[in-house]
Amino acid sequence: MLDKAHTLTVYQCQELLRKREVSASELVRSSLESIRHTEPILHALVTVCEETAVKEAEAADKALGQDFPPPLTGIPMVLKDNMCTRGVRTTCSSKMLENFVPPFDSTVACKLKEAGCILVGKSNMDEFAMGSSTEHSAFFTTHNPWDLLRVPGGSSGGSAVAVAADQCQFALGSDTGGSIRQPAGFCNVVGLKPTYGRVSRYGLVAFASSLDQIGPLTKDVRDCAIIMNAIAGHDMKDSTSSAETVPDYTRDLGRDIRGMRIGVPKEYFVAGMQADVASAVDQVVLKLEGLGARVDRGASLPHTKYALAAYYIIAPSEASANLARYDGVKYGYSHKEAASVWQAIERTRQHGFGPEVKRRIMLGTHALSSGYYDAYYLKAQKVRTKIKAEFDEAWKRYDALVTPTSPTVPFRIGERLDDPLQMYLADVCTLPINIAGVPAISVPAGFCGGLPAGVQFIGRPFGEETLLRLAYAYEQASPWHEMKPALL
Amino acid sequence: MKLSLKEVEHIALLARLGLSEQEKERVGRQLSVILENMDVLAEVDTTDVPPTAQAFFLQNVLREDNAAPSLDPQDVLANAPARESDCFRVRPVLE
Repeated sequence: MLDKAHTLTVYQCQELLRKREVSASELVRSSLESIRHTEPILHALVTVCEETAVKEAEAADKALGQDFPPPLTGIPMVLKDNMCTRGVRTTCSSKMLENFVPPFDSTVACKLKEAGCILVGKSNMDEFAMGSSTEHSAFFTTHNPWDLLRVPGGSSGGSAVAVAADQCQFALGSDTGGSIRQPAGFCNVVGLKPTYGRVSRYGLVAFASSLDQIGPLTKDVRDCAIIMNAIAGHDMKDSTSSAETVPDYTRDLGRDIRGMRIGVPKEYFVAGMQADVASAVDQVVLKLEGLGARVDRGASLPHTKYALAAYYIIAPSEASANLARYDGVKYGYSHKEAASVWQAIERTRQHGFGPEVKRRIMLGTHALSSGYYDAYYLKAQKVRTKIKAEFDEAWKRYDALVTPTSPTVPFRIGERLDDPLQMYLADVCTLPINIAGVPAISVPAGFCGGLPAGVQFIGRPFGEETLLRLAYAYEQASPWHEMKPALL
Repeated sequence: MKLSLKEVEHIALLARLGLSEQEKERVGRQLSVILENMDVLAEVDTTDVPPTAQAFFLQNVLREDNAAPSLDPQDVLANAPARESDCFRVRPVLE
């Protein structure tokens, strides 16, 4: 049991822990062993919490011996390194926060701790969540376990890899333009971006406040639903969090999808997308039809093509405001050699931030500056209204939309680094979802030339139950979620 | 639209972002390309379309004005790059 415990899903662990057939200490030991074994090749984690995890496991085993232990007691988890964890370094994979130790827990860390989870590591990411490949980490690049020469996607690349490589039972990521879903698709795992406001952002280092959402990365859909139960809900500390009731997200799993109205919007099959990825998604659609869904392949969201431009004005603009706090005064990197307070701030930011972050701060500052605000930021926000309205219309006709998660399979490390625009195109299928604030999940859709491709299901606001039900129905009719990378 | 060096320097000043001469040139070039691709937004007819700041139009989310314990000052100062008693040390702002 011990040497395979790290391959178990959250659900399987819950069952075995309840029956005392495995202990929390065994789960954690197995997870740490897996980390020791795979980290030298994958580099998914910035911090490994070995000592604390072992101690927490002992406490978890005591709790499991009592009545009514919390539902996730003993489950090893990884959190993306932009989620504050009290007493544990939280770096955002940036030199700016390389030694920052938060004095508080993010709400999600708090909730999962209270549910009994054990933190085994903080995962690598694109710096400040800006990127689509995890290559923009200031520390190191994470490698895709399906092909070590390729990227895991980003910005939650570390979290996706930690799950794909069985370093933990589940991870959390954050998604502003696709940063949970795209790496999930690239790594053959499940990744859900909830409706904006569904999960508290308190303690998530802010990138773009109107777009950011935290969500689970898991080995299968059931696990995703289980984790959603633990993290969703209103939070007094996040004024953008929703008071919508949190249902039991596992309740509808297994319910059939007969009669479900599915739209396949043609705009997501972008020109130049990889043909075999498009075929993989076509196969998913055929499977859904076989399961009884009513599919409309002629669905259309005409403003989809403007989402990339709208996003790359809105997100950097909000980022330029959110990253203004990094000035070397209260925490983080602080440049010592400077002749004045302003020079100190400018040099702190010059040396603390990496090139992609600087690019986006500059872009956002420009878009918000006097003389350009109307043409850029305001215009983008108006286009946003139209994009959102198109989704609102779609929900009158469809229960869900199906698209590719990304136009290609994982690209090679280094391939897109010199061309920012090429890099941005990796998110062309995921960006519109953040703009509209709707939920979406990426589920494994098969392999193209041995590399993972993901299919994205998009749902109506606060309709995660339907989304999970649909994703589960597809997953259970396909073999992908049971496949593991050869290197393991 | 192509950004001039002066414009790049102006943006960098607004953002309080130090940039080397090389970085200014590179970022200026890259931003120009990116901005060109954003021009496509002008195609969209947004007459009488209100802007959307966030997806679900929350307004005025308030709470009762009740005092409650905040972070311990020692915890807050623990990450201070430069500290003097219970203050963050900075360079003089006014000469």
